[in-house]
Amino acid sequence: MGIRILKGGLMTTVQDGGRRGYQRFGMGVSGAVDVHSYVYANILVGNHKDEAVLEATMLGPSIKFISSSVIAITGGDLSPSLDGKPAPMYQALAVKKGSILSFGMMKSGCRAYIAFAGGLMIQPIMGSRSTYIRAALGGFEGRKLMDGDEIAFRQRGVIPKNLSLRRMEPEIFKSPYTVRVLMGPQDDRFTEKGLKTFLGEDYKVTEQFDRMGCRLTGPKIEHVTDGNIITDGIAFGAIQVPDGGEPIIMLSDRQTTGGYAKIGSVINVDMPYIAQAKTGDVIRFVKTDIVTAQDAFVAQLEKYDQLRESFDHPPASALEGSSPEWTQETKSGTGADSSASPADKAALREENASPKTGKYLVKVGSRAYKITLKEIE
Amino acid sequence: MTYPVVKMTGDTSVAVVFGDAISEEINLKIRAFDEALARENIAGIYETVPTYCTLMIHYAPEVIRYRELSQKLEKLLLGTHEAEKLETRIMEIPVCYGGEYGPDLDYVAEYHQMSKEEVIKLHTEAEYLIYMLGFTPGFSYMGGMDERIATPRLKTPRVLIPAGSVGIAGGQTGIYPIDSPGGWQLIGRTPVRMYDAERQTPILLDAGLHVRFVPINEEQYQSILQKVESGRYRCKTYVKEGE
Repeated sequence: MGIRILKGGLMTTVQDGGRRGYQRFGMGVSGAVDVHSYVYANILVGNHKDEAVLEATMLGPSIKFISSSVIAITGGDLSPSLDGKPAPMYQALAVKKGSILSFGMMKSGCRAYIAFAGGLMIQPIMGSRSTYIRAALGGFEGRKLMDGDEIAFRQRGVIPKNLSLRRMEPEIFKSPYTVRVLMGPQDDRFTEKGLKTFLGEDYKVTEQFDRMGCRLTGPKIEHVTDGNIITDGIAFGAIQVPDGGEPIIMLSDRQTTGGYAKIGSVINVDMPYIAQAKTGDVIRFVKTDIVTAQDAFVAQLEKYDQLRESFDHPPASALEGSSPEWTQETKSGTGADSSASPADKAALREENASPKTGKYLVKVGSRAYKITLKEIE
Repeated sequence: MTYPVVKMTGDTSVAVVFGDAISEEINLKIRAFDEALARENIAGIYETVPTYCTLMIHYAPEVIRYRELSQKLEKLLLGTHEAEKLETRIMEIPVCYGGEYGPDLDYVAEYHQMSKEEVIKLHTEAEYLIYMLGFTPGFSYMGGMDERIATPRLKTPRVLIPAGSVGIAGGQTGIYPIDSPGGWQLIGRTPVRMYDAERQTPILLDAGLHVRFVPINEEQYQSILQKVESGRYRCKTYVKEGE
């Protein structure tokens, strides 16, 4: 019980935080390209932040729910819809069994993330559920999802608490993107003029951008001699400049080592912009320093914690605003169907606008009250 | 530039650069430092990646910041100039040369105007140091091949090379860890798996290890393959005596 892929889309893969600890063996890290969107999706549905999600690229998949679930869609706006109606992004959505999630036009960004409460039943390989297509390993059979694939949920029927509060301000992805870079480790392989070009000019994303790297075009960055170095390690966000003088930003499926000079690297907190940039988008590089970069990195982690905390233990004021949910107690017990879809619950609320006599379970935020209504003469 | 030097490679990694050439001496320093660093057990470091001249260190800034880490690394570098003698570990990799296992052995022999036996002899006599792994999972960059069998790559790369194929490309030799396209001259194949996701150590080889190729015939190939498939085969590994 889980999901069935009706249409795979252009490049839909299972990804998590990536495969750490095996780069020394030539094993790529993989993982979600837009790390922030991936973590937000998981937090919105109450998952651990390393739970596997689906990463859809440009042309999203079409997914049928074989069992009900709670999902969240984040990242680039690929016009998601549930059963034909536009589905809001950056919030937890209860999805009924039989519903179909599909995608349409690419409105902003290019990569969307879909998290499922309880996670996806994918066997971890070397500590990760991420798909590494080049080596055909991890994720779902080491490949992108195709029509007819089925993935079960790791835990079924997980409903995160405070469902209605699980929403956040959407991230905005709009070209031009200005990203901060730390110079090095081979910035000494470029001339003064080359460094000036790199930091002063606009670069455009070419058609060659995939999970491995994002190739840019623009004014040539001048090397002292050439762009070749003795092969060394490559970090996520490293900016290689081969002989041609045009930069390539290395992403999740990068090879672990490479022989091109790296002028600098995009700092981690700005990498989501590169992850969401598509052909024709403009990238501008500005220099920053390590203290600023790491302060921002740590602040981002704190933001995740605060977001999770605000969903799990919301302040009383957040709960006050939420309208009570009335459920009539049935013979068999409480009758509270926590997996009811928002539509069902709305219908129930309407019906209960003027409650009839009887026993009711009334939920306000995370609290529940048993109320018995009697007729008063 | 004076080495070693600590260089920033982004906000979650640093590289310690030990030189600017491909040499056993530099590689040995990297290995010694990598091992010394592992013993230090510095909180926040989650992965190190040795390459020809550098050791890349990945870390979590929420645990340790760049300034503190680079200071620790520099302090440790002062202490590891006199690296303790690292033992030379050798792993024997059985290889069936020629025929369908090494379709380019004839070409390599012809290219150097020697017999196939001579090519095999030169290829199996050497001890190859694994400088680093990279490119694809389990692909090792080995040094130490006899110049006399150095052979240019194929003009047209093959679409599919089976995992375990042993090849020559210029002055390099190596083993294809997974089925992949490639242009190396294939002289043999090993039944041993360089990469096996199910194995406790998915990747067989590691940087710093030495490899010796041991010639086997087709019958031995099949018998080792059976053991490999049932998880009962271990490559002979030993520490080199003397020195």
